[in-house]
Amino acid sequence: MLNNKRNALLFILSLLALAFPMAGAALDRTDISGLASEHVMERLKAIDKIARVGDSDALRLLKELQNSELLVTDTGQIVLENDDWNVIDAITLEMLDPQPDTYNTVIVNNRMRSQLESAVGVLQLLSDDREIRLTSAKSLRDNLSPSLLTFLNKALAQESDEEIGRILKESQSVILLDSPDEQERIDAVNYLTSSSERRVRELLVAKLEKNESGEFEEPSAEVRVAIEFAVTAIDRKLTFIDYFGRLFSGLSLGSILLLAAMGLAITYGLLGVINLAHGEMLMIGAYATYVTQQLFVNYLPNYFDLYVLAAIPMAFLSSAIIGVVLERSVIRWLYGRPLETLLATWGISLFLIQLVRQIFGAQNVEVSNPTWLSGGVEVWNIVMPLNRIAIIVFAALVLIGIWLLISQTRLGLFIRSVTQNRSMAACVGVNTAKVDMLAFGLGSGIAGLAGVALSQVGNVGPDLGQAYIIDSFMVVVLGGVGQLAGTVYAALGLGVFSKFIEPGVGAVLTKIIILVFIIAVIQKRPQGLFALKGRSVEG
Amino acid sequence: MVFFIMARFMLYTLLAVQDLKLILIISVSGVRKHFFNYRLRIIRMNRKQFIKTVISATLGISSAFAMTAQAEETIKVGILHSLSGTMAISETALKNTALMTIEEINANGGLLGKQLEPVVVDPASNWPLFAEKARQLITQDEVDVVFGCWTSVSRKSVLPVFEELNNLLFYPVQYEGEELSQNVFYTGAAPNQQAIPAVEYLMSEEGGGAKRWYLLGTDYVYPRTTNKILRAFLISKGVEESDIEEVYTPFGHSDYQTIVADIKKFSAGGKTAVVSTINGDSNVPFYKELGNAGLKATDVPVVAFSVGEEELRGIDTKPLLGHLAAWNYFMSVKGKQNRSFTKMYKAWAMKNGVPNLDTVVTNDPMEATYVGIKMWAQAVEQAGTTDVDAVREAMGGQTFKAPSGFTLTMDATNHHLHKPVMIGEILPNGQFQVVWSTKAPIRAQPWSPFITGNESKQGL
Repeated sequence: MLNNKRNALLFILSLLALAFPMAGAALDRTDISGLASEHVMERLKAIDKIARVGDSDALRLLKELQNSELLVTDTGQIVLENDDWNVIDAITLEMLDPQPDTYNTVIVNNRMRSQLESAVGVLQLLSDDREIRLTSAKSLRDNLSPSLLTFLNKALAQESDEEIGRILKESQSVILLDSPDEQERIDAVNYLTSSSERRVRELLVAKLEKNESGEFEEPSAEVRVAIEFAVTAIDRKLTFIDYFGRLFSGLSLGSILLLAAMGLAITYGLLGVINLAHGEMLMIGAYATYVTQQLFVNYLPNYFDLYVLAAIPMAFLSSAIIGVVLERSVIRWLYGRPLETLLATWGISLFLIQLVRQIFGAQNVEVSNPTWLSGGVEVWNIVMPLNRIAIIVFAALVLIGIWLLISQTRLGLFIRSVTQNRSMAACVGVNTAKVDMLAFGLGSGIAGLAGVALSQVGNVGPDLGQAYIIDSFMVVVLGGVGQLAGTVYAALGLGVFSKFIEPGVGAVLTKIIILVFIIAVIQKRPQGLFALKGRSVEG
Repeated sequence: MVFFIMARFMLYTLLAVQDLKLILIISVSGVRKHFFNYRLRIIRMNRKQFIKTVISATLGISSAFAMTAQAEETIKVGILHSLSGTMAISETALKNTALMTIEEINANGGLLGKQLEPVVVDPASNWPLFAEKARQLITQDEVDVVFGCWTSVSRKSVLPVFEELNNLLFYPVQYEGEELSQNVFYTGAAPNQQAIPAVEYLMSEEGGGAKRWYLLGTDYVYPRTTNKILRAFLISKGVEESDIEEVYTPFGHSDYQTIVADIKKFSAGGKTAVVSTINGDSNVPFYKELGNAGLKATDVPVVAFSVGEEELRGIDTKPLLGHLAAWNYFMSVKGKQNRSFTKMYKAWAMKNGVPNLDTVVTNDPMEATYVGIKMWAQAVEQAGTTDVDAVREAMGGQTFKAPSGFTLTMDATNHHLHKPVMIGEILPNGQFQVVWSTKAPIRAQPWSPFITGNESKQGL
């Protein structure tokens, strides 16, 4: 917060002026002429000047600058384009005569953008709109300087909203940490004890350190005790938040693994077909999503945001149909011969990849998130992306759907009977060939559904399936072949486990550790972690 | 020698054909299991097939030799870029650029009175396959020069082949340096033409004054070496070890949740900048995660060395406003050269039906490919032959007015281009806005002075 003191210093003047606005000063051309300069520092000074004027025109200009709407002519005049594409002066809004032939956008870089953010933040902190005040308070929190104190006090006195009030109070306390009054410092530290911001913690820790002359940054021993207490309290909260964050990303990874493996749990787990083309079913599902998206772009642009929902049945059907065709044409001739199935399905996967490459090209295609799946929800300073939340929910729904299908419907009953005892099932009149076909179609269709989910978080390309086939097999084998529950435990377990170790050892080593772990488990328990006793598929 | 190569080629063909045939046989015979004893059949088919394959492979080779004899009237040019796999996202556009440039040269009367004939192969993002394909280009297709590679690991893989067979490779991508070969011309940037200026900019007052550094890359030679150089550079600038974090992910990594959370945590300790050397399509999930996690460029700027206009095509760039990239060219550069370059590429894409036509872009490695081929053509004209040694001699000191608006010179000693450095920020439309650039091209330092042991090589 205060660590960027040099930046803050530049800004002090303008902020002081904001706290005590000068009456009658209006924007004139010299204030903004610096924006035409090619030096960033000159442009920063111009922003300062505009912010110091602080009236509604200044706010408008700053916002236009933020949106890259301000233009500069060859003569260095700052202008705007109005709705009719006419060039108008940025301050007077009068049409230029003659209209200039060439003009460029005023270049705004990151440094200027953050300056603009805090300037607009200060100007809007007293706005009537709650959302605007909230963003302003947040951007101020990131750009604090001691000169803001009076202004913060004023804003805090007026603030009625609890959340904004908390942010302002926190900012105020951070400034008061440097107050000459010991009681004020203690109060500030006590207030900050309730914070869950890592930056606050760093600030407090810095107070406990000794400076060059061997004295503590915080002279009073009493305040130091309070700070120590506050740091422990914040640490406790941060650890909790950290674990919560890991749990969330673990669940998210786990649900993706689960979706990818669920189809395989049916084709491999229940039917016993080693389907190396399973990954390609995911890929086909993802491409079905892409095609649906393109159809919406071309024919239903107004309902674009709903394309993902339409893609769900599309992906299921396309993968399921291809799955059924494969089962009828190739796989059914190979039941009970795992090695041949393995080679044949691998060939099919190569064939499908090349087919997609021929149709859609070798490059990845763009599948964009609809607006309602973009962005995230913030809980305890952790942003949980909406697309990941949606995938967790989607995985749960698909899981419930499969469970209902397997346990409650006639088809499910047939599938279970055929997997448990094929010949007995055939004896009592179950059409086993048809059941095989439908079950394989179902497994493939579910893989298609997983493809929809994957298209929302990763790349969609012909090789998409290759990245997930190993993971899917890992999950099914680890969970125990022949039943769904094991797959669920294994997927979520692997997801959470890898996310818990990743921060410590890095992404590359995590992959290796997971593989070693699985090898060790399979050595000990070849039937998988959760296999049911005496219910082996092949009997 | 010729016999040795022929024998080797036959072996490869046989192996490849056998692999595929086996799969076909198995699936076909599976269907017929009711009619034949399966196991007997596969052995029998195998033997028959083997003889057939030998015959067809021999025929194939003789026809290939016949073709080279006929095609003596053209100059053959190899194009070695991955058109599938994780690098296809970046390399496909380079193949297109190369084909376009060759067409342009042919339309203007070709070289030495002959037409150029491109030979395109696909090494499929598979590093050992790069070496195999390079050998095939040089010995079987008898190309006079090869334009290709993107990742350093692929360049390292083909390097011995080019040195053994004395052929020329034009490598168009920024890389980590620490290499100098008589058989390679490097038209991309060395670290001092990209990585170091970018970091200096982020350190400066106008760049945001970063104090802490998060070095994030894909786990292979380019990111590791670049980060080694950057670490030494940062430390020489007074940055503490504890303010530098180095993290790697595997190729094709797609789950960046933990890393983005980690960056957030790291940035609490002071103004942080992320230096990303993530390569290939992993960039899409990384930037998606950044955007969704609400990490803005004003909080933590990410500067990337392998992300250009082409890689951003697959992403919604609105949340990425202000993140940076350092290159020697951007599509948004103003000037006559760039206007005609971008126009020519768009026209070529239109004519050849490149997928997603309406959004085609140009980027830095495409410019470097273009410059490389044009310079090679100039050198061939000057030397009056395509002979490797003569062309190498003529390449030194070649100049070319590049689309970047600068006149680039090929350095005779170190085979690198003198290039300008530009730093751009991502705009909402997926283009870059140049926020900083050098006034003139700077000479490459392939042996970074920030790596110990390179002191004696500073003259290169």
